[in-house]
This record gives sequence, structure tokens and C-alpha cells, in this order.
Amino acid sequence: MEISILDVLGPVMIGPSSSHTAGAAKLARAARQIVGNPFFHVKFALHGSFAETYRGHGTDQALVAGVLGLREDDERLRESFELARKAGLGFSFTRTDLGDVHQNTVQMTFYLGESGDLATAPTRQIRGSSLGGGRILITRIDSFDTEITLEAPTILVMQKDLPGVISSVTAVLAHSGVNIGTMRVSRTARGKLACCVLEIDSPVDRSIIEKIRAMPNILHAQAIAMEEEETQYVHQH
Amino acid sequence: MYTSIESLVALDKERGHPLWQVVLEEEMALSGVSREQLWEQLRQRYHVMRASAYRALDQALPTVGNLISGVAKTHNAYASQGNGLCGSFLNRVMAMALSCSEVNASMGKICAAPTAGSCGILPAVLVGLQERDNLSTDTILEGLLVAGGIGAVITRNATVAGAEGGCQAECGVAAAMAGAAAVHLQKGTVEQMVNAVCFALMNVMGLVCDPVAGLVQVPCAQRNASQAVNALLSADLALAGMQSIIPADQVIEAMYRVGKMLPEQLRETGQGGIAATEKGREISHALFHPQE
Repeated sequence: MEISILDVLGPVMIGPSSSHTAGAAKLARAARQIVGNPFFHVKFALHGSFAETYRGHGTDQALVAGVLGLREDDERLRESFELARKAGLGFSFTRTDLGDVHQNTVQMTFYLGESGDLATAPTRQIRGSSLGGGRILITRIDSFDTEITLEAPTILVMQKDLPGVISSVTAVLAHSGVNIGTMRVSRTARGKLACCVLEIDSPVDRSIIEKIRAMPNILHAQAIAMEEEETQYVHQH
Repeated sequence: MYTSIESLVALDKERGHPLWQVVLEEEMALSGVSREQLWEQLRQRYHVMRASAYRALDQALPTVGNLISGVAKTHNAYASQGNGLCGSFLNRVMAMALSCSEVNASMGKICAAPTAGSCGILPAVLVGLQERDNLSTDTILEGLLVAGGIGAVITRNATVAGAEGGCQAECGVAAAMAGAAAVHLQKGTVEQMVNAVCFALMNVMGLVCDPVAGLVQVPCAQRNASQAVNALLSADLALAGMQSIIPADQVIEAMYRVGKMLPEQLRETGQGGIAATEKGREISHALFHPQE
């Protein structure tokens, strides 16, 4: 049997909908991890069924909870607007049409910094879809198209698109005894920037990420582990 | 490994273990977890189930539009009077199923089983029987394993998504899972568990998914209550000796095919059935377009 009974008897979650509540919270929490840096405002652009029914299913509260770092089974999820205000985090919702994408898709724009002006603050943009049953797919990070499920611990690397860069990253992992499950590379244009997503079998030590960061032609590297993350939410200030 | 009800029963015969133990062994092999770890995860999930079955019994919880606020409390009070037509046990089970639905709609914590919309059926049956027969939690977790094995087969070979198969795939499957678990808790045989699965699905074949305003409230709460009863009556039919003339895997396939035949309006879109009634549309409009 390839279906786990724990998927049938679960997930444990905040209602009412695994796709519109639990999945939305997880998407936003994943985006928060990818952004990694402090932000003072998030704009959520909702597409399809998310745009149609978000108020009835608490999708809006779930998204705000997620960017605060609350887990999908945290009952403070329904108080997320108040928690965001206390944390000094601004947020807004718009409806949008992202074209031919999954019905439950949201585009999140993070305004970076402790505080600032929306017109001038640097931004990061993460797009993702809630696939049902609490499963998610991150489909775009800034200008890179990608496919990240975060069902396994994941390493995200931004690098110059040059020969040998990817093999040097995988060599570091191999040397540290890390087994790669899947790997996906996307790039803006040949020879410019590339985004590499590696799914691995178990969470990696921080020192391995530091090693990758220190290598030539690597702009950024980070590890994302949705299960290991602290369950508490973190104030922005 | 099992991939169907038939192969699950065959494994059970081959090993000579109780069905719950076969499901446990297979899950340990699949997930690579120890018996203790798995038992602990099941215990945590049952803890969430039980809390949601009790939570709304003595307090009304606010929900969007308050379409079902207070239904569990009202029904629990009725159940405790003891003169209900279905008897105090069944009425108590219904109240607990309603409680889970109310908790879910109020953005409280639930355990999807197999989905959030059908999260009241398995808890109501398990907690109801635990209360009535003073069963140990370990015994209940055996029932949870039986339910999980049945649910895994149906997830693999059919669907448990309302958007794909209608309410029969959500609340119907939950009733099949709970029916098999109830047979185990009554010390029935594996054949009786399988027959309970067949009857629960036959009783609900074709049920559409038609939530008012797209909210998981009406008729979802009513369906949680009725399918909890369906689970118990299907278990009783099986325990009394009725045998399904159609094999379980074929009943499951029939449910899947019926789901595929359902028009989109009757699969969680809020465009057919109870959702599409004049009053249903009025409620939807008032909630989501109040300015118009």
C-alpha cells in the first residue's frame, strides 16, 4: 500500500477546508521561510477559487497566520489579523487573474525591512497553489518558475548560470553524505541567473549550507524544512 | 502489501493476525516508523478527534453566517433527555458528529478523516462506543487502524474528494471506515468488517456535494450526523449476519464511477442541490455580496 493511513486519518488542522484553510496557511508559511528576511507588509493577490471564496473559508486569516509563522494546526490562526497588528505587520488582499494556473493560487509580495514605504521598499514575490488535502506547490520565486512541494527537506540555491556550478553544489552534498531525492533547475536566461531546488532525504546541518554559500558563483543558499520549524510565531520587530 | 480490500483480507488470512495489526505492520513498512512512534501518532490524532467531538456539546461556536452554530448543543440536550426516536446512544453519536462539524466550521482544530468536511463521522462512532462500552484507548486505536486501512484502499482505488466524487466520497467513505471500525470494536470478524464497508457505501451511493454558499456547514453537518448513524447501522447489518452479494472492491469501484458521472454542479461547486435552492442562493448572496 503506497497510501499512508496517516494521510487518510489526517491532517490535524484548523478548519474548515484542507485546501482553502490548511493549504493556504502552509503556502504562506513556506513563502515566509523562502523570503527569510524581515518584512513589514505582505500583499496577497488571490486567483480563481481563492478569490471567489476566501472569506467563507478563512483563507485570508490562514494566509496572514502563515506569514507570521503559525502552523496549520495552531488555533491562533483565526486571531491572525490581531496578531499581525500587534507584530506591526501590514497586509492587504486583492483579487487577480493569473491566467492558466491552479484554481487555488495566491501571489504574495513581501515588502522587506523593519518598516518603510511600500513604494520604495525592496520586495520578494512568491507564488504558490494549494492542491487539496493540505498539500502545496510553490510555482514561482521572484522571476523563477519552479516546482517545490516542501514535502521533503529542501535546499534552495541561487547561482550564476555557468558550467560546473551545479556539480560543485552536489559534490558538497555528496561529500557530506546527503542524498538528493530530486533536483530542478530553472533560469531567467542562458548564462545569467539560475535557481536550483534540491529535495533531500533528511534535514541538513547549517554548516553545509554555509559551505555552499561560500563557493564561487553562488549568490544565495538556504535550507527549508517545514516540519522542523519552530511552532511559535515570530514578531517582525 | 495490499492494494485492494481483497488483498488486505488475503494478507490477514496469510498472517493470521487481527486486521488492525496487518494495517499496522504495513504502515510501519511504508513509513519506516517504529510501532511505538506510529501508536503515538494515532494516539495524538484520536486525542484531537475526541476533543472536537466534545467541544461544541455544551457551547455554541460562531461560524461564518452562523448557519450551524449551536446545533450540537441543542442535539446533545435532546440526547440526554433519553426519549429520542433513535435512542439516547444514537442521538449522543449524532450530537458528537455535529460537534466536530461545528468545531471545523468555527476554525477550530479537527482531524480530517478522510476530509475536513467529513471530520465528524469516525470520531462520533469511536468516542460514542468508547463511552458506551468503557473501552480502553488502545482498543479504540485498533479501530482507528482498521478505519485507516479501509480508507487507504478507497483513496488509492477511488477518491475521497468531494470535488471529484461528491459527498458519497467524503461522508460515505467516512461511514465505510467507521462501520468497519465499529465491527472491530464489537469483536466482529474481518468478513463482517468488509460487509459493513459494502453496506455503508451502498446506503450512500450517489450522494451529491452541495454546500450552501460553498461553506462546510449545510448540509455537511446533517450529513456527518446521518453518516455516523449509517456507519453503525451498516455495522449492525453485518454483525447480524447479512452478507454483501457484491464484493467490496466492486462496490468501491461503483462509488468511484458514480462520482465521475456526477455533473460538476453536484461536486462541491455550490451550484447544485441544496446550494442552488432559492434560499441557498439568497444566503450566499447576503454573505458574500452584501453591498449589492
